[in-house]
Amino acid sequence: MASAPIVANFSLNRNKLKPVKGRWIEAPSFKAPIRRKRRADAAMDHFFGWRRENGRVGVRNHVVLLPLDDLSNAACEAVANNIKGTMALPHAYGRLQFGADLDLHFRTLIGTGSNPNVAAVIVIGIEDSWTKVVVEGIAKTGKPVVGFGIEGHGDIAVIAKASYVAKEFVQWASELQREKCDISELWVSTKCGESDTTTGLSSCPTVGNMYDKLIPKGIYGVFGETSEITGAEHLCKARAATPDVGERWYRMWKAYQDDVIEAHKTSDLSDSQPTKGNIAGGLTTIEEKALGNLEKIGRECKYIDILDPAEAPAKGPGLYFMDTSSAAAECVTLMAAGGYVVHTFPTGQGNVIGNPIVPVIKITGNPKTMRTMPEHIDVDVSGILRRDLTIPEAGDALIASIIRTANGRLTAAEALGHREFVMTKLYRSA
Amino acid sequence: MTIPHLLVHEHKDTVGVVVVENLKAGTEMLAVVTADNSSFSLASRADIPIGHKVALKDIRKGDTIWKYGQDIGKAVADIAKGEHVHVHNVKTKRW
Repeated sequence: MASAPIVANFSLNRNKLKPVKGRWIEAPSFKAPIRRKRRADAAMDHFFGWRRENGRVGVRNHVVLLPLDDLSNAACEAVANNIKGTMALPHAYGRLQFGADLDLHFRTLIGTGSNPNVAAVIVIGIEDSWTKVVVEGIAKTGKPVVGFGIEGHGDIAVIAKASYVAKEFVQWASELQREKCDISELWVSTKCGESDTTTGLSSCPTVGNMYDKLIPKGIYGVFGETSEITGAEHLCKARAATPDVGERWYRMWKAYQDDVIEAHKTSDLSDSQPTKGNIAGGLTTIEEKALGNLEKIGRECKYIDILDPAEAPAKGPGLYFMDTSSAAAECVTLMAAGGYVVHTFPTGQGNVIGNPIVPVIKITGNPKTMRTMPEHIDVDVSGILRRDLTIPEAGDALIASIIRTANGRLTAAEALGHREFVMTKLYRSA
Repeated sequence: MTIPHLLVHEHKDTVGVVVVENLKAGTEMLAVVTADNSSFSLASRADIPIGHKVALKDIRKGDTIWKYGQDIGKAVADIAKGEHVHVHNVKTKRW
């Protein structure tokens, strides 16, 4: 007997996934596309996205196979292989975790499934009870989600059953339509990588300029990278919206210094922060790296709250700080789990990261990177170094790229198949 | 405007960043301060890769290095104006 699915917001055979009445897909005769004239100004204040059951707007429409644990990767990948248009998110953890580390694991999985870029989710776990935790967490969004436990049934029965559901989900999702949304409904995250001295001069201030323009329009923003603020912590603390938020930020930053760096450091952080790539690019100290990093929050924005890793913001529109690693894939995975739908990623030496559910927009100002690995870059701001492009002009170019990406244009990382999905782990499993 | 060889964040800074490839020793560099677009010139004393830093003045061992108008570490050797500034002669003060 096949495994009994853990079902939410959906039941097999009598469900909300029925095709929309009266709608038939007919093969149209091919016509060359007519290019509509661009209205540059008008295009900057809205985008077309999918409004989900909970009101949030996504810019991608993924049907996801989400493994609870490392053991369930194989079944998820098999289902994704069976049913085209679905995607498995394999990862390395989920067994024998406990306490805050387990909470973070659940929060990351539930947040990923709940992200509005995801239309529907199938969770597969080795056993039912933790699988149920994730299914029920995602179900709060109102989106279709089904879970399967493998024990007592085996991979093959689960893969078969999950494949039937995945097929229904993906056919349902493929008929969902984008609708016009105000730009204020975008949630845009940022984190930089393979930074060098050009990021602090060009690509990071470009992101900062974007936030200075879009945060006042009501978007949600987020930056993080706790260890990488070291050297600019006095400036970061001062950018809190209130002294209380600044104090909480400082305590969070100091806790990382004391509990992690002091406890585990070797000679110093120099073998890790700055990275070898940072040093090759000309960055000498963590302070220099941090000052460039902080350029991403612009001149005007103030952060209104501190988020735990993968925590969704709850204080309304504005800029947030999330307590994350500075490792690119870990950080972007946590921000995606927090609900952000587009990521802006300044790079100097050419970090190639992507994310499975969130489009990652790469920005570089380094002309050498632009020359040697242009296929990874979405927004070229190297003109800033030549002084033929201003930071505000670069910020406008980034906003235009964000809107085009939100409307459906694949980022370089998406086209190249970068789907780095990396869990943050707080300590060893039991 | 001519393309600069070197960008400097703030007037207080004691280092600037090379922003062109293949900069050779002895180049009379055009340096631009991004804070106000003012410029000055400076001769490089080494071949310096793009993205790497140049001393804007003579720096003594132990001196603070300033960039973004902020303290980014200390010199661990004397550095002459126009020389390459990097991990061989500058270190964080933190660890």
